[in-house]
Amino acid sequence: MQLWLIPLLPLAGFAINGLWGRRFSKSLVNLVAIGCVLLSFAWVLKTLYGLGDLSSAHVEHYFTWIQSGALNVGCDLAVDRLTAVMLLVVTGVGSIIHIYAIGYMAHEGGYYRFFAYLNLFMFFMLTLVLAANFLVMFVGWEGVGLCSYLLIGFYFDKKFATDAGNKAFIVNRIGDFGFSLAMFLIFVNFHSLDFASVFQQAPGASVATLTTIGLLLMVGACGKSAQLPLYVWLPDAMAGPTPVSALIHAATMVTAGVYMTARCWVIYTHAPAAMHAIAIIGIATAFFAATIGLAQNDIKKVFAYSTVSQLGYMFVGVGSGAFSTGIYHLVTHAFFKALLFLGAGSVIHALAGEQDMSRMGGLRKKIPWTFATMMCAAVAISGVPPFAGFYSKDAILLAAHEYAPWIYWLGVVTAGLTAFYVFRAMFLTFFGDYRGHEHPHESSPVMLVPLGVLALLSLGGGYFFRVPAFLGEFFHAKEAVEDPTLVFISVAAGLIGIALAWVMYVTRPGMADAFAGNVSGLYKLVYNKYFVDEMYDAAVVRPLVGGSRAVLWKIVDSSGIDGAVNGIGAWAQGVGGVLRRIQSGNIRSYATWVVFGSVMLIVAMSLAGGLIR
Amino acid sequence: MPQVPISWFLMLSAALFALGVAGFLFRRNIITVFMSIELMLNAVNLSFIAFAYQHQQVDGHLFAFFVMVVAAAEAAVGLAIILTVFKNRATLNIDEVDSMKN
Repeated sequence: MQLWLIPLLPLAGFAINGLWGRRFSKSLVNLVAIGCVLLSFAWVLKTLYGLGDLSSAHVEHYFTWIQSGALNVGCDLAVDRLTAVMLLVVTGVGSIIHIYAIGYMAHEGGYYRFFAYLNLFMFFMLTLVLAANFLVMFVGWEGVGLCSYLLIGFYFDKKFATDAGNKAFIVNRIGDFGFSLAMFLIFVNFHSLDFASVFQQAPGASVATLTTIGLLLMVGACGKSAQLPLYVWLPDAMAGPTPVSALIHAATMVTAGVYMTARCWVIYTHAPAAMHAIAIIGIATAFFAATIGLAQNDIKKVFAYSTVSQLGYMFVGVGSGAFSTGIYHLVTHAFFKALLFLGAGSVIHALAGEQDMSRMGGLRKKIPWTFATMMCAAVAISGVPPFAGFYSKDAILLAAHEYAPWIYWLGVVTAGLTAFYVFRAMFLTFFGDYRGHEHPHESSPVMLVPLGVLALLSLGGGYFFRVPAFLGEFFHAKEAVEDPTLVFISVAAGLIGIALAWVMYVTRPGMADAFAGNVSGLYKLVYNKYFVDEMYDAAVVRPLVGGSRAVLWKIVDSSGIDGAVNGIGAWAQGVGGVLRRIQSGNIRSYATWVVFGSVMLIVAMSLAGGLIR
Repeated sequence: MPQVPISWFLMLSAALFALGVAGFLFRRNIITVFMSIELMLNAVNLSFIAFAYQHQQVDGHLFAFFVMVVAAAEAAVGLAIILTVFKNRATLNIDEVDSMKN
């Protein structure tokens, strides 16, 4: 079925734009970049149509990549139901965001560079989801990390952007370390890296082995999907252009961890402890990030923490053993969070770069289309029935209730917080009076049409794309139990959150500040994101930098390494000084040495009893 | 007919060689040193010939001829060098010819 065309098309776009884009006109850059992604999307549709119901995986082997002893890794791509869902999300949402970026990036420098990176990202992301073994997946995994770094630091002349890029890259490295170790363990235990072979043998392995592998993979997933304690890079990643935040840091790349966990579901179902760890990390992240989101004033930061929180939900889903619900939320989240980010981008675009919500307000009438589409995303993320987020979030919460009721309750509270902070952002941005000094203008159609498409998906995506039904067979999942009471409770939590936001930010605008003043200690704590960055700075960064300076530089490098190098030089000089005396220039002393040497040779030969044969 | 034992030849050869070494080490006149070298070469030649006769093989003779050729060439070149050294330094004392030092 020529699966290789799917990732190779964006790669071709990257190559063309990357090599010659500087000399292209903007419309030609657009044609190449958008065209190859759309072609890729079309090819995905054609492939999936041709493959039928995908009840078993369709694997394509291209060539042997690494052959060394027992290690035999092929360049293999595969499509099964899970991959099909991911392919549609990545290429579909990716295409929409590419089109949006035409409008958003229109006035930015480095236009061709932006689209080249974006295409490169698509290539790696598609490699990641299409991979049929861990190593090819790892290539995609590292590649998306690279593109994330490049795009976060897209405005490379701004220090905070390059710093954020470095931070993302370095924090992801910790996760990748876990992923690599997990791969080593998998190879040691199963003598293969192919998904099919590993998952066939996995049920036979010991629980301890599987738990270790599962926990190490989880470390990788935590890095990529911004879970506690490695989430810190994602909020900073908002330094990149907004389409990047939407595509990479909301819809696709950050969900790679969830995808990988679901892909390894066989390992996790046989390692309950690892699954439990995932569920706990997920719910802790969901709650923790949601509380931070309550007090942020930067519109993109709010949605960034919201993304961290929603990824936590997905982890709860896969950690509860309901892998399909995690993927379900991944899909709906891709719709509404991409829309929220693109909408935020449209707002920022309208206000000429303003991101601070305290200088927005009253934009409802000035940019009505942006407002209307973002509202669709807001109700979807808040879990208002019958919109997208309602279906997936409730599927997760029901599964969580079956797994451990306390996770469900914490999830419900988080759902309330989510609704509150999203609508707080909406109300601060679009209601009340305008508090800034710009002249807001509605975005161009090339930005509004993608918003509209995503709005439709946010509204109907949950109802029309029944992911759990599609994937239930794949994960051998049991039928989820419907419980109207639990559904009612979580919906009520969302509605209460919305109502509270309405009261605090629309009907009585002073109330929020008064409330914040009453609990100023707590407010400051949350406003400063629990000082986590400062703690990391004090606990990790400073000791590392200080230690590197004081120990590695001053002691190890200066005295140790330099000392060794200079010492060898000085030693050679000293020895040379001694040996120089032999070269006296006096022929008779040379002759003496020759005679001495000959005599010694003869003596040695006599002692040894003749010539050695 | 009683033969001279080979050990006699070898002892003579060793004695000549030792004399050559001693002369090379202890004499200062370049000409004498040069003659000592010739003495050592001919001591070795004597050993070659003795062994060649003992083993009834021609290899030793061949080597002896080679050594003689080399010695002749060396004498020609060496004497030329000695003449030049004497012209330049006005001395034949080997300890004073040490301009390679330092």
